[in-house]
Amino acid sequence: MFAYIIRRALYAIPIMLGTTFLLFLLYNFVGGDPALVKAGKHATAETIATIRMEMGLDQPWYWQYWDLLKQVVQFDFGRSWATNLKITDMVAEGAGTSFSLTFPAFVLSTSFSLLLGIFVAVKRGTWIDKGMVTIAVGAQSISVLVYILAGQYFLAYKFGWFPISGYEPGLLERWSYFALPWLIWLFLAVAPEMRFYRTIFLDELYQDYVRTAKSKGLDSKTILFKHVLRNALIPILTNLVISLPFLILGSLLLESFFGIPGLGGLIVKAIGNEDRPVIYALTVVGTIAYVIFNLISDILYAVVDPRVQLK
Amino acid sequence: MRYLASKVRGNSLWSDALRRLLDDNLAVFSFLVIVAYVVVAGLASFHLIATHWQDSIGASQSAPQLSGGINHWMGLDIFGRSVFQKTIQGAYTALYVGLVSSLISIPIGVLMGALAGYFGGWVDDLITWIYTTISNIPEILLLVSIAFALGKGIETMCIALGMTSWVGLARLIRAEFIKHKNREYVAAAQALGASNARRIFKHIFPNVLHIVIIGFSLRFVVAIKSEVVLTYLGLGIEIGEGSSWGLMISDAAGELVQGIWWGLASATLAMFPIVLAFSLFTDALRDAFDPKLRT
Repeated sequence: MFAYIIRRALYAIPIMLGTTFLLFLLYNFVGGDPALVKAGKHATAETIATIRMEMGLDQPWYWQYWDLLKQVVQFDFGRSWATNLKITDMVAEGAGTSFSLTFPAFVLSTSFSLLLGIFVAVKRGTWIDKGMVTIAVGAQSISVLVYILAGQYFLAYKFGWFPISGYEPGLLERWSYFALPWLIWLFLAVAPEMRFYRTIFLDELYQDYVRTAKSKGLDSKTILFKHVLRNALIPILTNLVISLPFLILGSLLLESFFGIPGLGGLIVKAIGNEDRPVIYALTVVGTIAYVIFNLISDILYAVVDPRVQLK
Repeated sequence: MRYLASKVRGNSLWSDALRRLLDDNLAVFSFLVIVAYVVVAGLASFHLIATHWQDSIGASQSAPQLSGGINHWMGLDIFGRSVFQKTIQGAYTALYVGLVSSLISIPIGVLMGALAGYFGGWVDDLITWIYTTISNIPEILLLVSIAFALGKGIETMCIALGMTSWVGLARLIRAEFIKHKNREYVAAAQALGASNARRIFKHIFPNVLHIVIIGFSLRFVVAIKSEVVLTYLGLGIEIGEGSSWGLMISDAAGELVQGIWWGLASATLAMFPIVLAFSLFTDALRDAFDPKLRT
């Protein structure tokens, strides 16, 4: 097992190098000369040359790439073009806000969808199952933006049940602003997640071990919660772990619509301002988080599922 | 030769699948909805309908009214343009984005998956590394990065969607090729002197083609929904590039508080049936080609 973990961790290195190199290519070469982009349209040749030196663009490409790797290791991505704040500080601040928004919403939507998923899987083929799946597919055919717009317009603006938008840093004060985003999150997440969990449970419900348990005379509750749930937990668990990095990145749309200063809102603002170093840094941070959580998820998979071959 | 072979086997995968699809009323209905949208979008692209969508035909932001002809049924936008005509042009944009991004992502996905699965070894390692690399960058941030690198607009959006979405298909195709490459018919082809390229494209590819078709249908669902979000973020359709449901819904973000709901309603009502039809049709295709997977 230990050897497997080491091997799997080593495999993350080429992936990390690959992702950073791809982003390096995109930002420094495909996108044209970054110095020209930063200097703007009316810059003199001299200004451009100065900027190029400041950004290290007069160096050969491998030194520039090396600089990027140093930035990643030291977690120092320079300053934002728009606000001149240190990007590392912006990320640290926004990550906490985003997580406090997304994590409770995620726990809520996951537990709700899991229960619904089990329920419809057990009722497979009945009108309840067909009806729920049809509603879910239908609900997913409407744009995410429409849910947010309609929720904000009716529940906050028209009926005045929630604040329209805003944020207060206090942990308790922010919750009144989070209530509506949470509700909309729940609405958005339940349809796809219910379908996902339903498929997982259906995969298990028709396995041989379930038939064996049935023929042994076990009651359906024991089969469901003791046998099926345990086996289904494996894909569920790994899926949950992989979702965690996205909780840190926050929700771009919800944060931008409700004026919540998390990483998602930061990304949307940076897109509007063409604040390239911020997007760049967030992409690198998001990718590293994803690679790490992917690694954890794989190791977890091997730990909980003895069938996984550790080769 | 081929004719005889299929006769001996009775029913082919394709005729079986087609029969199952035709038996499935929902699949037939979904397909008809898709055809209807394609016809509308096609007519719009050849400037046969909704040609005057850019003309002002009345007062700014007039509410929907039944008098004054079909162009007034959905109301007018801030420039006095017909929301009805804009919605029809939006159908063209939606299908255009779906088609172009599929035409980029599917050939890459098929080729990468086929090469990795067929050759194995270092080719497989390299291709797996490339797609793992891409899939480890959070998709929305990769889309943003590509849009920054290539500039904004509808073409970039299609390229960005195409470049990020081939990974799933490549994985499926790779797995199928690994299964198929050691089967007897491939060995027989080799014995007859078929080259690698011939074995890949002429012999194995037809056996995995259904996965490509399912992927093609699914791409439209994702592309039409992505266009709306990306356009809202300022990375999709630019104003002046045409009309799109994403632009209409983004406009509504500012207009809704003024009580102007018809742009949002029209775009949503137009989008719902086509996304639903593509989703249902994708599921039906999956069931038709692989009834074992039916859930």
